[in-house]
Amino acid sequence: MSGALRISGAGRLSQAKTARFSFDGQSYTGIEGDTLASALLANGVHLVGRSFKYHRPRGILSAGAEEPNALVQIVRDDARKTPNVRATVQELYDGLAANSQNRWPSLSFDVSAVNDLASPLFSAGFYYKTFMWPKAAWKSLYEPKIREAAGLGVSPDKPDPDHYSSRYAHCDVLVLGGGAAGIAAALAAAETGARVILADEQAEFGGSLRFESGAKIDGQDGFAWAQAAIARLRAMDNVRVLPRTTAFGYYAQNFVGLVERVSDHLKAPGHDLPRERLWQVRAKRVVLASGAIERHMVFANNDRPGIMLAGAARTFLNHYGVAVGRNVGVYTANDSAYAAAIDLKKAGVNVAAIVDLRDNPTGPVIDEARALGIEINFGRAVIRAGGKLRVSSMTVQPKNGGGERTVPVDAILMSAGWTPSVHLFSQSRGKVAFNDETKRFVPGTYAQDCISVGACNGTDGLSATVDEAYAAGAKAAKDAGAKTAKGTKPKVDASESWSRGMLGAAPGAGPDTTVKAFVDFQNDVTAKDIRQAVHEGMRSIEHVKRFTTNGMATDQGKTSNMHGLAIAAETLGKPIPEVGLTTFRAPYTPVTFGAIVSHARGPLFDPTRKTAIHPWAEAQGAVFEDVGQWKRAWYFPKAGEDMHAAVDRECVAVRNQAGLFDASTLGKIEVVGPDAAKFMELLYTNPWEKLELGRCRYGIMLREDGFIYDDGVVGRLAPDRFHVTTTTGGAPRVMNHMEDYLQTEFPHLNVWLTSITEQWAVIAVQGPKSRDIIAPLVEGIDMSDEALPHMSVREGKICGVPTRLFRMSFTGERGFEVNVPADYGQAVWEALWAEGQKHDATAYGTEAMHVLRAEKGYIIVGQDTDGTVTPNDAGLDWAVGKKKVDFVGIRGMARPDLVAKGRKQLVGLKTKDPKVVLEEGAQIVEDPKQAIPMKMIGHVTSSYWSQNCGRSIALALVAGGRDRMGDTLYVPMPNGVIEVEVTGMVFFDETGGRLNG
Amino acid sequence: MAKAAARTAATASPSAERRSALAGRTVSATGAKVEVLPPAERISLRAPEASVPALSKALGVTLPKQPKTSASKGGRTALWLGPDEWLVIDEAGKDPLADCAEVSALHSSVGISHRNIAISVTGPAAEAAINSGCPQDLSLEAFPVGAASRTILGKAEIVLLRTAEDAFRVECWRSFSDYVFTFLSEGARDAAG
Amino acid sequence: MLLIRCPYCEEERPELEFRNAGEAHIARSANISGESDDDFEKFFFIRSNPKGIIYERWRHMHGCARFFNAVRDTVTDKFVMTYKAGEPKPSKLPGVAK
Repeated sequence: MSGALRISGAGRLSQAKTARFSFDGQSYTGIEGDTLASALLANGVHLVGRSFKYHRPRGILSAGAEEPNALVQIVRDDARKTPNVRATVQELYDGLAANSQNRWPSLSFDVSAVNDLASPLFSAGFYYKTFMWPKAAWKSLYEPKIREAAGLGVSPDKPDPDHYSSRYAHCDVLVLGGGAAGIAAALAAAETGARVILADEQAEFGGSLRFESGAKIDGQDGFAWAQAAIARLRAMDNVRVLPRTTAFGYYAQNFVGLVERVSDHLKAPGHDLPRERLWQVRAKRVVLASGAIERHMVFANNDRPGIMLAGAARTFLNHYGVAVGRNVGVYTANDSAYAAAIDLKKAGVNVAAIVDLRDNPTGPVIDEARALGIEINFGRAVIRAGGKLRVSSMTVQPKNGGGERTVPVDAILMSAGWTPSVHLFSQSRGKVAFNDETKRFVPGTYAQDCISVGACNGTDGLSATVDEAYAAGAKAAKDAGAKTAKGTKPKVDASESWSRGMLGAAPGAGPDTTVKAFVDFQNDVTAKDIRQAVHEGMRSIEHVKRFTTNGMATDQGKTSNMHGLAIAAETLGKPIPEVGLTTFRAPYTPVTFGAIVSHARGPLFDPTRKTAIHPWAEAQGAVFEDVGQWKRAWYFPKAGEDMHAAVDRECVAVRNQAGLFDASTLGKIEVVGPDAAKFMELLYTNPWEKLELGRCRYGIMLREDGFIYDDGVVGRLAPDRFHVTTTTGGAPRVMNHMEDYLQTEFPHLNVWLTSITEQWAVIAVQGPKSRDIIAPLVEGIDMSDEALPHMSVREGKICGVPTRLFRMSFTGERGFEVNVPADYGQAVWEALWAEGQKHDATAYGTEAMHVLRAEKGYIIVGQDTDGTVTPNDAGLDWAVGKKKVDFVGIRGMARPDLVAKGRKQLVGLKTKDPKVVLEEGAQIVEDPKQAIPMKMIGHVTSSYWSQNCGRSIALALVAGGRDRMGDTLYVPMPNGVIEVEVTGMVFFDETGGRLNG
Repeated sequence: MAKAAARTAATASPSAERRSALAGRTVSATGAKVEVLPPAERISLRAPEASVPALSKALGVTLPKQPKTSASKGGRTALWLGPDEWLVIDEAGKDPLADCAEVSALHSSVGISHRNIAISVTGPAAEAAINSGCPQDLSLEAFPVGAASRTILGKAEIVLLRTAEDAFRVECWRSFSDYVFTFLSEGARDAAG
Repeated sequence: MLLIRCPYCEEERPELEFRNAGEAHIARSANISGESDDDFEKFFFIRSNPKGIIYERWRHMHGCARFFNAVRDTVTDKFVMTYKAGEPKPSKLPGVAK
């Protein structure tokens, strides 16, 4: 038994395939192919949620994506609790568990429903009026309470265990919407051989053919024709058919975002399946076939469970085989609801009465309804619905006033007409135009290569729709470069047709009333609220929208916008087009963060770059730190060592014996060409033309503004070849900076740049024993001080593989940097390590590297400089070529402010208490007793405990720092003021003798 | 590690073991296979147009001049990356760097054999697997066999070469190879579905 | 995501491959060290930031890696045209009334 209201012989689902599900803990049975909404209705359940503001009981309004009321929480397990799922979209699977939202303690008895009684407090603009005073209450009281009360559903508190995927796709023709129009357009385009993508948000294609029992195409029932056409399209290589796929955003140059719900409908999705797939489609042409959305009637208590759109009731009957009630009333302002009444009546449901606002409409459906014996009332209105948790009656009155009559019903089907779905058209920046005759906005001026067809274009009637869509599909393909179509246009044999209807509040909910006649169900906005907004001074529809929140809920006002606009226009006394339509914005329906993030989580959140030597460091138990995207060995703790102890040991070992350091992440650029030296002269402050072959120089790169941008050691391998190193973090931007000048300012130079950062693994061997460690492994390089002095480079072999061997030091000790092709990095490291063991060498990480260089006063660009430091500020004037007339930054460096007295200069700081280590970033003052705010004259840029010096050391930028040598300054900290002495920047081996030690 | 060290210390002769990133990694999904290719010789070649004939002759493969194209001969492929830039890949064990060293015409040739890692993506779903993170149109009309381009995969830069209708070679920098391989594996898994 | 025509690759390519590099046609003086403070200020700090047509530099960073120039409308965010670095500012713009 799949529900008491399942009509035998109706609908397209197989009654044999049942699926069990639960709602609020209660078990029910549905049928495979049901949505949660149709399955609930089959079991007579209309009450499915509570409204946002007033906590009014709510039911199911629609049968599609426009649903504002039936939002539920789907719970698969602890981590999969999806809130705000539209029950009309969620497909049923065996075992589905859903809960209602926004109610406590239960759906039928909700404490917050008292809001409904207190509704004067919650009228339009209440957000702006209610919580203004006292100010302090906002953070402590109002905001937390509002957040608690206003939430729709509950967010899961565990990481999302599902995965999501993404795909870029290109096509000639993208067809959005898979009803009769979309299918016809796709067929026409596909038959030309063009690449076509057809997407529809429903599980099954057909759109309104799902309920239009009167449609016949190519001799078949409309829905059957749609399925056959889709099967044909699926079989074509040039067509991709995407069901359960919503186009949520239409962006520039025909770039459209789609979300495909891949596995939400499956009982047990395989692990390989993503939950959703994001499609980013670039289409040469787009055909919009997004259909139309039925509007509700705006009357008192029109939100009672059991009151729904007539087209939805037809869908539930004709597609799902479910009667939405046993005794239904119909309230309409156009013909389409008659078809619903007729279908239900034929299925054995009692239709208590049709109430039609129109005075004397005529037409075949009206005749047919009358022939079936249905009571029809023209010129009358339903002025209120009775019942609370479920509608129980409708009260009918002549529309111009008069005697009331109450008709008992258990459902009301309503239709105020159909609103063309121009959302995507509007997102494409097209301008809509108001058709005064049909009272609807339709696509007007196009901004992109797209075309609207069918109901979303205001085209009425199946035959006209198919004609228009087929022609548009063929033209779109042709415009995209395809051949002429060779297929045949589908022939419409029979169709239903309706148009018109009404906008705004129906009689009984007019300006003279205070009834709750809902315009926007999801945000609980009534006709009265809209009028109040106008009375309180809102003139623009954009202001009315924000003041009332009409159309601002997750359904984006799909059913409410036109009613809201009409009521505002009426109240303002202006025609609708003068009041204007609010802008439709992406997303069309809510999109999960998962789909947007897609692959970019876990290991794919961002590339994690590791050096060739990383596996060795990992095996040694190194602790790593992030430097940009790189993982760098920070320190190598031995058993029982904390970071402090490990770094102290590493620092001492380097100075006493030797240390091995993985410097592979340093940026490296090979500068090659006859003008290489000229180019280097222009990009660095230093002179390069005279640098001898095989020698190195410390180079400083400035930006045009004269501030230090990067630094590094550069070796000259040949007259026309330099091996340039950069900072680790600076590598990509330095390369970009150099390319920029080469390509756009100095394109006459014959020189090229190649990034070789990853070609070479770099092993720094530093310390008095460094040469002893390297020498046994090297071939073809004379390692003597005479042949290989400090700051030189040679090419040769180490461990049998090519090397660029630099004699250089970032520690102040005798030092080398061994460059080997990256794949050999680990093996050469291991060989050096084995040699090193004979000399008690250690491996050291970036922390020890920082301490050792600070002991020598070597700066780190980006730590001791911050983009406002000149070479002079950093004490690096010696590295600026005095005779040069041009290099990047030469003019900037001479700006008045950059040569003024009193600039912050880099100096050393020693705390008076050698055991106190300053905090990096701490501010420095002259007089700690001055009033707050104190005048800050500088800050600490680097600070460490130096085991080699037996005290703390620090570097700092201090105003006029070099004129303050020996002065006492102060560093105020929360626990007291620290006294410091200004010193030179070199704390260890001031004469530099150890470079050759 | 001890073994390698002992050998080098004793003889100081060719002995350092080559350890490629991701060596041997492979992932198969229905319709797409992702695997790391063996090491190859590579250079980044830069030259003005006037030098192209001499370099083509020395390399034994005609450097392509059309954007998004490549040329291949005798196990050596030259990919057009920019108007004066080619990536030359030699899979036959010969050294293009040495060949270019003989050329006196103006150019820059820099060895990058170890900078790049090559990953092959093959199978009917290869195109879709790469399109999981690459925004280019990879249809045969837009990206035919032999087409080559530097582009983007997710957050990494790659060089893409179509070697057959259902086969691509993806090159990326060594330290990005884990990211790129993982991305392509996820793409392949999804493309199969 | 926009499509941008790279004048070197001779086709439209996805924006993800490109990077903006600021305003175009700002010449760096051949005698920059002799420039006055005012001239240097104009060269380095002052940008037009127009509403409407802007001439700017882009780099096909993850493509051919070339810098090139583009004409873009800052109101519509549409590219009017692109041209190679070093080429003069176009005197006529396709589809732009002046």
